[in-house]
Amino acid sequence: MTVNIKQWPGTALATRDLEQGHVLTVKYKPRAEYAWDAGVAIARYLEELKAGRLIARSCKQCDRILIPPRMFCEECFRPTDSWVYVEDTGTVNTFSICHVRWDVVRLDQPQLPAVIHVDGASPGMGILHLLGEVAPEEVYIGMKVKAVWEEASRRQGSITDIRHWKPWKEE
Amino acid sequence: MAKVAVVGAGMTRFVRRAQETGRELSWQAAKMALDAAGLRLKDVDAVVIGSAPDAFDGVHMKGEYLADGSGGWCKPTLRCYVGGGTGVFAPIQAWYHIASGRFDTVLVVCEEKMSSCHPHPQGAFLTIFDHTTERALGPNLLWIFALEMNRYMTVHGITKREIAEVAVKNKRNALDHPCAQLGANLTVDDVLASEELAWPVNRLDVSPASDGAAAVVMCSEHVAKRTSPQPVWLEGVGWHLDTAYWTNRDLYYPQYLEYAARMAYDMAGIKEPRKEIHIVEPYDPFDYKELHHLEGLLLCKRGEAARLTVDGVTQRDGDLPVCPSGGLLGVGNPIAAAGLMKVCELFWQLRGEAGKRQVPGMPRRGLAQAWGDLMQVGTVVIMGI
Amino acid sequence: MLSKLTTSAQTRQWPGHIPVEYVYTAGIAGEAFLRALKDRGMLLTSQCPQCQTVYLPARLYCEQCFEETKQYEEIAPKGWVHTYTVAHVDIDGEALAVPQIYAFIRFGGTNGGLIHRLGQTQPHQVSIGMEVEALLLPGKERTGSINDITCFQPTK
Ligand SMILES: [Zn+2]
Ligand SMILES: [Zn+2]
Repeated sequence: MTVNIKQWPGTALATRDLEQGHVLTVKYKPRAEYAWDAGVAIARYLEELKAGRLIARSCKQCDRILIPPRMFCEECFRPTDSWVYVEDTGTVNTFSICHVRWDVVRLDQPQLPAVIHVDGASPGMGILHLLGEVAPEEVYIGMKVKAVWEEASRRQGSITDIRHWKPWKEE
Repeated sequence: MAKVAVVGAGMTRFVRRAQETGRELSWQAAKMALDAAGLRLKDVDAVVIGSAPDAFDGVHMKGEYLADGSGGWCKPTLRCYVGGGTGVFAPIQAWYHIASGRFDTVLVVCEEKMSSCHPHPQGAFLTIFDHTTERALGPNLLWIFALEMNRYMTVHGITKREIAEVAVKNKRNALDHPCAQLGANLTVDDVLASEELAWPVNRLDVSPASDGAAAVVMCSEHVAKRTSPQPVWLEGVGWHLDTAYWTNRDLYYPQYLEYAARMAYDMAGIKEPRKEIHIVEPYDPFDYKELHHLEGLLLCKRGEAARLTVDGVTQRDGDLPVCPSGGLLGVGNPIAAAGLMKVCELFWQLRGEAGKRQVPGMPRRGLAQAWGDLMQVGTVVIMGI
Repeated sequence: MLSKLTTSAQTRQWPGHIPVEYVYTAGIAGEAFLRALKDRGMLLTSQCPQCQTVYLPARLYCEQCFEETKQYEEIAPKGWVHTYTVAHVDIDGEALAVPQIYAFIRFGGTNGGLIHRLGQTQPHQVSIGMEVEALLLPGKERTGSINDITCFQPTK
């Protein structure tokens, strides 16, 4: 049946059709700004980042130490139990070498986003962050890393109070 | 359980930028599906619309906006959205509309018009990252796919060269699809030589941004038997969602998809998926995702999908044809419409109407799958004749 | 249960926005409608061959029958006020220097109508049913936008 359809619907336009006004368009930029509440668990997380520490929450039912911290355990569906400090060292679980910004504009220097499993938290508990002080070709999955903190006076209570994570050898 | 059939399918061409509005695209696809089914709008009891974030089209409450072009005029109408998983989730919604016994005929329409969104549709997706713990790092949507692809490659020792075979296959298959945006004859070296965006992802590993719509008509058993010469039955449906704490999951394996697949296999009475499924349309917005999904669907062992591809098993004339349509990599990726395009493809393939794309050997059962949200949802339908 | 945990938590907010802007096409029927307005100062309608509904603005399809509309026809931009409102504040809730009248205007022989500004009149002079006509920009200044109509004004 479909082989009998000669002309499928849908009219393709080229970029120049818009740029040169061959078709009429309306432009609109929404005015939408947000102020997101950090919430209970993440507010404490940020406070501790400002103090140069990483903090997690523990759930005694599943015996997990959760980072990022959360006030409820999504597996047990009950409140988590207590605050636990974890290390500022960890292991690269996966990483990328990113050459573009979100709008696909090329970056001068590639970024090295990574999922880092944090020492002291339960196995598999990773956070998203950036790697630094390392050549992209030297990064590997399983690499040990340590947080490089912003100077105390410049910390704002933000995930960026850790500048990045650098290669690290256990002593 | 009550039987539910697909009795008609339609779609627009997938293009980078369509002149039609989203509702016009919806109408074109929906009208074609109804015509194919030999039904009229008055025969439709309810409408299901699938469309991804409002922020792509730049129309708030897109379901309501699209309703008239989707046949929702003065009818029970529902819009569903599970990110990229939407296109296969929408027929699941229609399935339980009909399986409940309350509706006999449901029109399913999926639409996306991403070209409205400037400077890049990714901008609309940035808030998928946690606003406090992740967005401050300046993330980019490519990160999560690159991180997942790297983890998958490294755990199994799979190469970019092997993965690029998927892009080559799907873009070549798409040359035979009349609606395809990016059909092409490429080599693996072309893929590897394309611009590196976020290692290990190169430009030709990724599907494009697209505009388009797709639609199917679904019926209860008694209506299907009365009106359709060859109904295609929905034999199984499954869906599953994993945690949004994506950095707490091991990205090498889509566990949520395995659960969704098991749900669908159980309903369809399938014990050995690899033998009982004849065509697969897994979600392939990136080439590695086709492989990742074949594993999650239990159609091969973990880490084995690349081998199948390199050996030609997943070619249209192979033992397990995968994305005979050309997939998202070749046909295009207007998010929700791309998922439903896969359901349309199974409809045409199982009825032997796929023309140049026809999989040989009279396939009797196929599986379509989509994936989305924060890489956490799997949606599956199994169709058969 | 959770309240005791909040004592050490400072209220923190994280600002941000979604970096998007839009370029919408008018669509197949919308393009034809705006061209008629720009080039000839007329309003384009289209009619369903099945139920005879006349859509204004013109549409590609009939939402009731799902047929493609045919019979595109232009009408003069003269109609009447179906309903109206008087806005005293702007989108941010700030007082407007001059109240703005917005009306839904209907046109003879058509279904549908247009939302537009009413001008050359005062709020207390407006009434439902009042006859109005479009005040168009000079031909050269029109861009193919609904704003090619400056406003609707009482018919002279
Ligand atoms: Zn727990
Ligand atoms: Zn009609």
